[in-house]
Amino acid sequence: MRVPLSWLREYVDLPDGVTGRDVAEQLIRAGLEVETVEESDLTGPLVVGKVLTYENEPQKNGKTIRWCSLDIGKDEPQWVVCGAHNFEVGDLVVVVLPGAVLPGGFAISARKTYGHVSNGMICSSAELGLGDDGTHGIVVLEPGEATPGDDAIELLSLSDDVLDIAVTPDRGYCLSIRGVAREAATAYGVPLKDPAALPLNGSGSGGYPVRVDDAEACSVFVTRTVTGIDAKALSPRWMQKRLLAAGMRPISIGVDVTNYVMLELGQPIHGYDKDRLSGEIVVRRANAGEKLMTLDDQTRELDPEDLLITDDSGAIGAAGVMGGASTEISDATTDVVIEAAHFDPIVIARASRRHKLSSEASRRFEREVDPNLPRYAAQRVADLLSEYAGGTVLPDETVVDTHPKPAPVTLRADHAARVAGAVITLDETVRHLASVGCTVEAAAADAVAAPLAAGAHAPVLAEVGSTSVGSTSVEGDDLLTVTPPSWRPDLRDPNDFAEEVIRLFGFDNVPSVLPAAPGGQGLTVSQRRRRRVATALVGAGLTEVVSYPFTGDADFDAMGVPADDVRRTTVKLVNPISDEEPSMQTTLLATLLRTAERNVGRGANDLAIFQTGLVFLPKAETKPAPLPSVAQRPSDAEVQTLYDALPDQPLHVGVVLTGALAPTGWWGKGRPAGWADAVQVARLIASVVGVEPVVKNVELAPWHPGRCAEFSVGGPDGTVIGHAGELHPKVCQAFGLPARSSAVELDLDALIAAGPESIAAQPFSSYPVAKEDVALIVPAEVAAADVQAALVEGAGELLESVRLFDVYTGEQIGEGKKSLAFALRFRAPDRTLKENEVADARQAAVQVTVDRFAAVQRVG
Amino acid sequence: MSGPNTDYDPVEVTPLHAEEVERTRDEALTAFTGAADLAALQEAKTAHLGDKSPIVLANREIGALPPQARKEAGQRIGAARKAINEGFASRLAVLEAEHEERMLDTERVDVTLPWHTPRLGARHPLSLISEQVADVFTALGWDVAEGPEVEAEWLNFDALNFQPDHPARQMQDTFFVEPAGSGKVLRTHTSPVQARSMLSRKPPIYVICPGRVFRTDELDATHTPVFHQVEGLVIDEGITLAHLKGTLDHFVVSMFGEGLEARLRPNFFPFTEPSAEVDLKCFVCRGASVGNPDRPCRTCGSEGWIEWGGCGVVNPRVLQANGIDTDRYSGFAFGMGLERTLMFRNGVEDMRDMVEGDVRFSRQFGMEI
Ligand SMILES: [Zn+2]
Repeated sequence: MRVPLSWLREYVDLPDGVTGRDVAEQLIRAGLEVETVEESDLTGPLVVGKVLTYENEPQKNGKTIRWCSLDIGKDEPQWVVCGAHNFEVGDLVVVVLPGAVLPGGFAISARKTYGHVSNGMICSSAELGLGDDGTHGIVVLEPGEATPGDDAIELLSLSDDVLDIAVTPDRGYCLSIRGVAREAATAYGVPLKDPAALPLNGSGSGGYPVRVDDAEACSVFVTRTVTGIDAKALSPRWMQKRLLAAGMRPISIGVDVTNYVMLELGQPIHGYDKDRLSGEIVVRRANAGEKLMTLDDQTRELDPEDLLITDDSGAIGAAGVMGGASTEISDATTDVVIEAAHFDPIVIARASRRHKLSSEASRRFEREVDPNLPRYAAQRVADLLSEYAGGTVLPDETVVDTHPKPAPVTLRADHAARVAGAVITLDETVRHLASVGCTVEAAAADAVAAPLAAGAHAPVLAEVGSTSVGSTSVEGDDLLTVTPPSWRPDLRDPNDFAEEVIRLFGFDNVPSVLPAAPGGQGLTVSQRRRRRVATALVGAGLTEVVSYPFTGDADFDAMGVPADDVRRTTVKLVNPISDEEPSMQTTLLATLLRTAERNVGRGANDLAIFQTGLVFLPKAETKPAPLPSVAQRPSDAEVQTLYDALPDQPLHVGVVLTGALAPTGWWGKGRPAGWADAVQVARLIASVVGVEPVVKNVELAPWHPGRCAEFSVGGPDGTVIGHAGELHPKVCQAFGLPARSSAVELDLDALIAAGPESIAAQPFSSYPVAKEDVALIVPAEVAAADVQAALVEGAGELLESVRLFDVYTGEQIGEGKKSLAFALRFRAPDRTLKENEVADARQAAVQVTVDRFAAVQRVG
Repeated sequence: MSGPNTDYDPVEVTPLHAEEVERTRDEALTAFTGAADLAALQEAKTAHLGDKSPIVLANREIGALPPQARKEAGQRIGAARKAINEGFASRLAVLEAEHEERMLDTERVDVTLPWHTPRLGARHPLSLISEQVADVFTALGWDVAEGPEVEAEWLNFDALNFQPDHPARQMQDTFFVEPAGSGKVLRTHTSPVQARSMLSRKPPIYVICPGRVFRTDELDATHTPVFHQVEGLVIDEGITLAHLKGTLDHFVVSMFGEGLEARLRPNFFPFTEPSAEVDLKCFVCRGASVGNPDRPCRTCGSEGWIEWGGCGVVNPRVLQANGIDTDRYSGFAFGMGLERTLMFRNGVEDMRDMVEGDVRFSRQFGMEI
C-alpha cells in the first residue's frame, strides 16, 4: 500500500514539520511494515507557463520540434525547445527552469539543441515523477487552474513523501488511507478524521434490484445509481496525482473515482453501465460450464465454487475479483450503478487463486473488508461522480445486509499483562483497546460460562473513539468483555487483543528475562557423531560444500544409472524450479558431482569435497498425507499416518576426490587420488562412528565396475550402507572431471545407528608381543579382506592384530594368482607366549586359508 | 680413524712405585685431553684403559705382592684408575656434545617449505553457524530438534495456524510434492519441527531447530530457493513475551558480542500472537552511525539496527492443535535465516557464493566463522 503523506494529513492532524521518515518510524513501532519512504528529490524553479507562441520546426532526423515562447510571469518571455505537440497557444503548462533538479537527479541547465538555446523545458507527467499519465506528451493544466509564474511544485504537490507499506495478512484495514491514518493518529495521539464518516443521503430502498442467493459468501450488497454523467470528463488533477502516487494509473473518471475511493476507504467498488444491465442483479455461485469474459478481455471457465454477479444475461462479474466486460463503463455511459459489497474472504481467496487473478479488489477482500463500509463507500463514489462527472445521485438505494455484528470476546482483565510478562495497568489496557476501536466492558465473573450478550448491563469503560475510562474498580482476576470494531475481524482470541495492547504499550517496555530451562542432555549421540565425521573429514583435507537437492534424468544419465535402477524412482515436485530437475535427489552424488564439475570448471583440478544431506526415497506405496482438524490434537494414529505418508529421508554423506591427493613437489612425485583413497575415506567415516564395516567388490553405477567397494554393517550378510571407489571413465567424462576421479556415498544415519552406544574398556596385556609374518598365494579373485578374515578366524584368541603389508602378482607365483603378505601379532593377556604356542596359532590361521581358498604359503 | 699407534711403547708399571703410577695416570689424562675426536678418544681409551694398558697390567700384579703391601698398592692403583676413568668420561661427554652440535648444525632445514600431505580442509560456514547456534542453546539446557525436509502439509501449515485459504499460506511460495493434493510439501520453514516437538514431547519443551528449508524463489544475490533457518521453541508454565526478549538478548550477545541487545517490532505471523520482527543492535557501529553522515555503517545501512528474524508468543490455537494444555502452558518461538545472518555477520555479499559449492568459499572459513 503506497501512502502519500499529503493524503494521510487530510485525515490525521500530524504535527507540523513531520516528514515521511518520521511517520514511517512511528508506524513501524506500531507494527506496520513500512518498506520504503520515497522522498522527493525535486527542486525548483518549476513554474506554471502560458504558451505565447510556437513554431513547428521539422528536423533532419524526422522529428518535428516546437520552438516556444512562454509567459512565466516575468517581463520577458522564456524560450524553450519542446518535442511534444499536445498543446496549443494559450495552454498552461509546467516549465522547469535552469538550476532545477527533476526527480532522479536530472539537473536542468540552459543548453543548445536543434539550433536554439533552450532555457529549460516543458515537463511531462513522467518527468515530474508522477508516472505516465497516458497522454504521451506534456502536462497541460486546466484553464484557470493557475496563473503564469505560479510555483508548480506546490500546485501539483510534487514534493510529497510516499510511504510504501507491506500490509501483513491480519491488517487488511491498512490497505487503505483510512486504516493507515487510524494507526498514525494512534501513534501520534491525535484524533482521526474518519473519511468514512460522511453523511448518507440514500433512502435505504428502491435502488437497482438485487437478490443475494448466497448470504454466507456475500453478506452485504449496496447499490447506488448516478445518472447523466459525462464519462469522458477528466478526473481532477489532484485525484490523478494521488492515484499515480499510490501506484495506479488514471484511466477515466468512472474508473478513477472507484479506485480513489477504494484506496481511501479500503472498500473495493464496482461500477456498471446501467444501460447494459438487464434485469435483476443476482449474486450466486456459478453453474457448471458457465463462462465470463472479464475486464482484461479474457474468457474464463467458471468453477461451481466461484461467486458471481449475474443479471438476466448471465455472469457479469466474478464477485470481488474482477468485473465483466459486457457491463463495463465506457465513454458512452451516462448512468452508473455503483456496487459496494462485502464478500467472504475465503471465497474470494479461492477464486483468485483458481483463476490466477489477483486484483486490487481481491487482495482487499481476501484480508476482509470492514462490513460497515459499503453504504459509505457507495455514497462517496456517488458524490465524487456527481461533482466531477456532472451526474445526479439518485436517493434510491439497495441495501442487503445480513452481516453479523462483531462478537464480543471475554478475557481476563490482566491477560495482556500476563502474555507480556510486564506490568500493564488496567487503565492502560482499556485505553489501548479503545484506541484500536474496541468497546470494552467489565464482565460478570460467571461470564465465561454464560456467553455474554452484547451491551449487557455492565459499566461501559470505553467506547469507540473515546479514551475516557469510566470505572477502574476492575481487579486483575476480573474479566473484560471486548467487542472489536467492524474493521478488525482479525481480533477474535484473547491473544489478539493482548497483541494490540502490548504493541501500543510498547514492546520496548517489556522487560528482558532469560527463562530457566529444566536442564537438557546436550547433543544426541547421532548429532555428536555427525559433527565428528565432519571434523575428521576436514582433518583428512576435505572441504565441505552445499548444493541443491534437485535432480533429473540428465544427472542419472550422466551417472550411467540404468533405466530400471531404483534410484530413478524419485519424489517429484509439482512446481520444480526447473522442469529439467523435477526430482528430489535419491543419491547425494547427483548434485555433488555437479558441484565438483563447477569447481573443476573454475580451475580447481585437485578437489576433495564432501557434503552431508538428506536423500529422498519413495516408499513402495505412496499415500497422501491427511489434513486432520486443528480443533484438537490429532490422535496418535493420525500422527503416525502423517509420518508414514512421507518418504524415507536418511542423511547421507558424499565425497568426491579428483586430481592429485599430493601434488608433485620438492619432495618428489605427486600422488593421484584413486579408488583406494575413496575407500579409505569411507573406512575413516565408519571408524569415526565406531563401526567396523564389511567391505567387498561390487559393480554399481556410477563407479568403475572393477573398482567399487560396497560397505555393509552387521556382519557378512548385513545391511548395505554405501559405496566407495573410482568413478566410471564415462562418468568422469560426463561431468568433466579428471580421469580416475573417485567418490563415496554412505548412509550416515544407518552407519551411526550401527555404532556402539558406548565403548566398554578392555584390559590390555603388558606381556611381550610375538610377531609372525605370513605370505599366502591365493587365486587372484579372492578378496584380501576375506583372506584376512580367515586368518583372524583361524588364529584364535591369541591373535592381537593382523595387517596386510604386501600384495604381489607376477611370474614367480604364476598366472591368475596373487601373493598376500600379512603381519600377525600374537599376545596373551596373562603370560609370555611360548614359541610353540605362537607357531601353533600361526599354523591354525594359515590352515583356514588353505581350507577356504586353497592358499599356499609362500616361502622366502 | 687413526692408524696403529707405533709410538706407543708400553712401560712396565710397578704398583709399588707411586711416581710410576702417577706418571701413568697423567699420561692417560693427557692422551684423553689431547684426543681431538671420538675416534682418537677411543684409541686413547684402548691404550690407557684397555686390557694391555699399563694401569690394568699393574693392577693384575697387586695379587703377587706381599700381603702387607697389597692394601696400599691397591688403593694407589684404584685411585689412579678412577681418575683415568673420570678423565675419559668427561672428555667423552665433551666430544659427544661437540659432535652432536656439529651434526645438528649440518641438519638445518627450511621449515617454511610446503609438504605433501593434504592441508586441513574446511567446513561450510552454514554448518559452522548452525552448530554454534546449537551450542548456545544446549548450554542453556535446550535440546536440538530435527525433522524431515519433505514434510506433511498439515505439519508445515495447518498445525501452525496457517489456515488453508489464508493469504499467509499463499505467501510462502511453496514447493508441492507430486501428485497435486498429496498433502506433502518441501518444508517452507523449520516450524514443522516445532509441531513435531509438541506432538512428541511433554512440556516443558525447550528446543532449537536448525535446518534446510525451501521456497520457490529464484536464485539471485539475496534470494535462494534453498536456504537454512534456525528456530527456537519454548513451552512451559508462565512463559511470557519477557522470556522471549530475555532469550533473544542472550542469543544476540552470544552470537555478536557483549553489550548488544534485540529489539522487537510488532508484526504478523500465523504461528504467534503477539508477533514481532527481531532486530539486533548493529554490532559494528552500535548505533553510532545513526544520523551521523560522517560515520556511515555498511553493516546496518546506518540504521543502527539489523533485521534478523521473526518471533512471538505461540498462538494458543497452535498449542491446541498440537495437544498442549493452553490453560496450563504458554510458549514463545523465534526464527532466523542463517544465510542472512552470515551475510551481515561475516560480510558475505552474494547469496550465490553460499549455495554454489565453490570450495574457495568454504576454505576462507576453515573451521571457524
Ligand atoms: Zn551499523
